Amino acid sequence: MRELTSEKTTHPVLLFWIIAGWVGFFLLPWYGVEEFFSFEWLIDGYPFDPDYAPAGFLITQGEKLWLAPMVLALIAPLAVLRKRKIDPIYAKVLIIAGAFGFGWMILQGFAIGIRGWNFEWAAALFGDLGDRQFGMGYGALICASAFLFLFTQGIAARGAINGDVFVVSAIGGVIVIVTAFVFFPIAKMLTAAFITDDGGYSAGVFLSKFFDDRLWGLGCLSGGRCGAALNSLFLAVLVGFITTVLGLIFALVVTRSGFRYKRALRALTVLPIITPPFVIGLALILLFGLSGSVTVFIADVFGVQPTRWLYGLPGVLIAQTLAFTPIAFLVLIGVVEGVSPSMEEAAQTLRASKWQVFKTVSLPLMRPGLANAFLLGFIESMADFGNPLVLGGNFDVLSTEIFFAIVGAQYDQGKAAVLAMVLLCFTLGAFYAQRFWLGKKSYTTVSGKGDSGVHPHMPRALSVPVLTLAMVWAGFTAIVYVMIFYGSVVELWGVNNTLTFKHYVTAFSFRLEDGGIRWSGAAWDSFWTTLKIAAIAAPLTAIVGLITAYLLTRQSFAGKNAFEFGTMLSFAIPGTVIGVSYILAFNVPPIEITGTGIILVVSFIFRNMPVGVRAGIASMSQLDKSLDESSLTLGANSWQTFRRVILPLLRPAILAALVYSFVRAMTAISAVIFLVSAEYDMATSYIIGRVENNDYGLAIAYSTTLIFVMLSVVALMQVIVGRTEIGRRMTQSRSNV
Amino acid sequence: MSLNSKAAPVSFRNVTKIYGKDVVAVDDINLEIEAGKLVTLLGPSGCGKTTTLRMIAGLEMASKGSIHIGDRDVTLLPATDRDVSMVFQSYALFPHMTVMENVSYGLGFSGFDKAETKDRAAQGLELVGLRGFGDRLPSELSGGQQQRVAVARALVLEPQVLLFDEPLSNLDAKLRRQVREEIREIQQNLGLTVVYVTHDQEEALAVSDNIVVMRNAGIAQIGTPRQLYDAPADRFVADFIGEANIIPCEITTVHDRTATIQVGDFEHILPARGLDVGTALLAVRPTRLKIGATNGMKMTIAKATYVGSRMEYTLEAAFGQIFAISENVDAPLEIGSQVTVGLDEIGPVLLPTDLAV
Repeated sequence: MRELTSEKTTHPVLLFWIIAGWVGFFLLPWYGVEEFFSFEWLIDGYPFDPDYAPAGFLITQGEKLWLAPMVLALIAPLAVLRKRKIDPIYAKVLIIAGAFGFGWMILQGFAIGIRGWNFEWAAALFGDLGDRQFGMGYGALICASAFLFLFTQGIAARGAINGDVFVVSAIGGVIVIVTAFVFFPIAKMLTAAFITDDGGYSAGVFLSKFFDDRLWGLGCLSGGRCGAALNSLFLAVLVGFITTVLGLIFALVVTRSGFRYKRALRALTVLPIITPPFVIGLALILLFGLSGSVTVFIADVFGVQPTRWLYGLPGVLIAQTLAFTPIAFLVLIGVVEGVSPSMEEAAQTLRASKWQVFKTVSLPLMRPGLANAFLLGFIESMADFGNPLVLGGNFDVLSTEIFFAIVGAQYDQGKAAVLAMVLLCFTLGAFYAQRFWLGKKSYTTVSGKGDSGVHPHMPRALSVPVLTLAMVWAGFTAIVYVMIFYGSVVELWGVNNTLTFKHYVTAFSFRLEDGGIRWSGAAWDSFWTTLKIAAIAAPLTAIVGLITAYLLTRQSFAGKNAFEFGTMLSFAIPGTVIGVSYILAFNVPPIEITGTGIILVVSFIFRNMPVGVRAGIASMSQLDKSLDESSLTLGANSWQTFRRVILPLLRPAILAALVYSFVRAMTAISAVIFLVSAEYDMATSYIIGRVENNDYGLAIAYSTTLIFVMLSVVALMQVIVGRTEIGRRMTQSRSNV
Repeated sequence: MSLNSKAAPVSFRNVTKIYGKDVVAVDDINLEIEAGKLVTLLGPSGCGKTTTLRMIAGLEMASKGSIHIGDRDVTLLPATDRDVSMVFQSYALFPHMTVMENVSYGLGFSGFDKAETKDRAAQGLELVGLRGFGDRLPSELSGGQQQRVAVARALVLEPQVLLFDEPLSNLDAKLRRQVREEIREIQQNLGLTVVYVTHDQEEALAVSDNIVVMRNAGIAQIGTPRQLYDAPADRFVADFIGEANIIPCEITTVHDRTATIQVGDFEHILPARGLDVGTALLAVRPTRLKIGATNGMKMTIAKATYVGSRMEYTLEAAFGQIFAISENVDAPLEIGSQVTVGLDEIGPVLLPTDLAV
């Protein structure tokens, strides 16, 4: 007979977290150490040096006494260690201890900062503290996790989700980290928008910044400059529209024409994954900039004076269209293929001509997909930072304005916060429209049953212009990518066109000496940092994404919709907004990680999490639910089921999520540029730095190297997975967001 | 050591299952399943039979009432903690594990050591006739073999109750008969308590000790296969288990539990089954109609279909159409001809008129 977990009086999981709590409190340094991954503190005054001392030691020395009440929450669970789970006292003690410990930790963390009390009234009430504290470290982190999971075990013991400790804990864990790293920073940023120069709060400040002419001005209608918000909006609508049309054209060519090199066109879909966002902008400068090849050629032939027409709306528009058309293509190819051929065949048998079939059946069925592609293009354009930075000129957009408000001479956090809020409103609006307006209107006609039949070809009147346009644009894209490579081996573009590997040497030279390799190139530092950070972030992203996907597909619990919305939300938050909000939220205790590698890792995890979630959901819904259920009826609990049945079957999805988050972490720029520090410089921000110094050769050489590195990573994964699934999977994951 | 049975009875006491706010899947049912018996839950789709089964497994939790397995109240226990195994419609074999690993899977969580686990798994495979298949992957087996692996995987845990959710629906017709006989044989040899869900009435009749016919989230009738077939409680059961012609009739007299009924001019005597004088329904299986009897109801042949082993007739009568089967294929009746249709001595039963169905 099976032993009942509810009758057991030993609880290994409970014991584990109690011990973890004690270790966190009495053994590990409570406050943050300089380097998360270095263990210098072990030999540097630990355990009595106040910087490195565990909380327990601090209290016995009479310091940081406000940490003391947490000991109660650590002791209490010991009392129920031998109780049965169904005993009401078991649940009660764990819930109270967990909630108290966790709550107290948050309370003291926010109340007491680097200057003592954080709030005037607290100082007035309790008197001057005479002490202060820094950001939380290993000890506090582990202790907080222990409190959280004691609490979730208590909730589970009360019967939530059939008393399933794993599921309740996973839900609790995801909620806490999403709150801490998505909602908390955003909230912090929102409040920053109301802060006046002397530290008070005022709605007037917000309003005056919000209605600033630099945001909403209409000057461009009369020859002046328009506000950044209007510029962004105008640009995003244009980009959304053009990329959707081009994406549809490519999708039609691939699925509904006799075009012979479809596979080559599909390769287009890999481009946005492996290209850092601003690289297109750089290539355009090489072509159309003041000393660009095309500009020079035209100037020579027609004797026209070269102009700076590229810098501004035209340049950004072209660059973004080049960069985001493949994304629209990814979405639309799924949509166009999703229209069941039998619908079109049925229409044909009902005497509709090819053109009529296309107009009355195919196109209307694609409509929600088209809207989806438009909104995606809109969001991507709004959030894009690299191209406007490189090509923007006097054309101000929100994402770059935010950057200059924080980084430039003005250093105005309030202004950055207001700009970020406006940007966030635009993208969230699009995101909301996509989910709640389009979400219910899916015309995907693919059913579980095999749908034989082939898509009819486009009518001739349509196929000729479509094919022409597709060829022209594909050719243009190809030229742009060739330029990137060519530009990296030219001495000085437009001035001295001799071929050279000089830039590669400057960036990536190394010497063998003293039996070791000396990485003397200028780019190595940021290159290794990027690889390291991306490699740390990728598995964490995959884990968080897959657990969330598991909860969303396999479990039902109260508030699941809100949970899903919360976890997908960070997709709609532009990187610049994340960057600003992280700076505002995490440069002071209790979570003080600005300037470290951790903040980069964390930002990547939450930026890329929706992709992991979508990939996980897509592949988990392929797994029949009866597999889990049979595992449960065979006596496995949900954790064992997750580990032994679901995870092994998800191996391809895990790999895809890993590679994708790795690659995205390497190409990201918008959030990164706010978060890098001298010590942790990333490849993309290093390149941007080179561009700002007009050192195009090095920047392009570095970009080319990145593209090849990522191309080989993606190719390697294709080989390992053994199928050309990645394009398809991305389609699903993106088109569903 | 050999595989034994720890068969235990199952009992449902006023169990209700509500999905969401107001979708009642199972409505206040009471059910006693004896230890060592094979009980079938039978009914049309959406009647609540699978929900009932999943509540025994612990995959769904009862909204009201209590469920007992053996002498324990399991109402609040999750699936992991219940001593119940289930064979799924899709078999749910883990595709990344070999047959042996699949069969050993549950044993690993039940506190058996390695040697014992291996031993038991081997016995389980032996029992279903798959010795030597242990190293294969499920994808390398035929449908019938996969089915048997799923059975073995559930059996080796010696569960108090073994559950089958439409186990034969993915097999072809020939294999179905064979596998259901094998399941019945194992159940009887080991004395297992088995709860079996199906919507196929023939399958239910063939394998069951008892059949629970379900309708609209409730229980319509519980009985042995013969009881249900020969003495259905109402029109729904009569029609669902085997085909039945429902003929409205008039009970003229009741004597000593024997009723005399009248259909038009035709009179017939049969057991009253507690009914009183008045209108009633007569349920007659198509095979229990005697076409061409001297004493009977006057009817016209509306359709005649030759299906090889027999003739199928649709007959037009004053009260409506009925369906009859005749073994006489050599001299089929012509469409439009008038016949007299009589009733067999046994077979036809009286049912109360119920307006609900």
